[in-house]
Amino acid sequence: MTPAELTVGQELPAQDFPVTRADLVRYAGASGDFNPIHWNERFATSVGLPNVIAHGMFTMAVAIRTVTDWTGDPGSVIEYGVRFTRPVVVPDPDGTVLRVTGTVREIRADGDVAVDLVATVNGETVLAKARAVVRQR
Amino acid sequence: MPLDASFIGRRYPPTPPYEVGREKIREFAEAIGDPNPVYRSQAAAKELGYADVIAPPTFPIVMTMKAGHQLVHDPELGVDYSRVVHGEQRFVHIRPICAGDLLQVVVTVADIRAAAGNDLVSTRSEVSTVAGELVTTAYSTIVVRGR
Repeated sequence: MTPAELTVGQELPAQDFPVTRADLVRYAGASGDFNPIHWNERFATSVGLPNVIAHGMFTMAVAIRTVTDWTGDPGSVIEYGVRFTRPVVVPDPDGTVLRVTGTVREIRADGDVAVDLVATVNGETVLAKARAVVRQR
Repeated sequence: MPLDASFIGRRYPPTPPYEVGREKIREFAEAIGDPNPVYRSQAAAKELGYADVIAPPTFPIVMTMKAGHQLVHDPELGVDYSRVVHGEQRFVHIRPICAGDLLQVVVTVADIRAAAGNDLVSTRSEVSTVAGELVTTAYSTIVVRGR
């Protein structure tokens, strides 16, 4: 990736990421977030959620791959923020699919590149204001 | 009853040092399904100019969420954790976290407010080496859903 190859409006390769209950259990273990809304259907529905939902941080971690797979160097991400707009419901046993697209929004004078991400499940947006800034070196 | 806004500005003492391990980074990378070799192979990391394997961009949450529990589980604040969902998250990285880093987190309460029947709690978590080098700042907002 060099500035010469980059244009504002350029789209990053879209990716589909399947998400199952097993992924959430694994993420709970690795991250230390054992909130039962992410693995226990009885508990999730008892607190008014439609079903078990993915950790927002799992969705956020998966979505940035659209950028890091593109740059090849995850250390190039100097800023990354999202708003979680809608829970990602993960039914058992089939799970769901997270679709992530990215667009180059800005190429700054210092070479930093801002990428806007859109993450959807069944066509509905689950991450809003999702933006990463990548430093070129 | 809305949460006590007098918590805004409160700053918690640094967490005990967290030593970033290669296997922990690998485990986290596996859990997010990311096959990137820079999370696993020192050779791959060195090729990109890093001293050791680096952690994924959202890895600091492993430390910052736990650090944030000082506030979220503070009985004085009285958050019903069963009603908590994540609202917003942002990381500003000075450099990637690297295996071998010894890190601590300082949590500051940035905001507490009510909106649309929910309570929103925002924190700023500074992740620094024990030598005082700021590595990452994590900004987080949790939503305590109203009934």
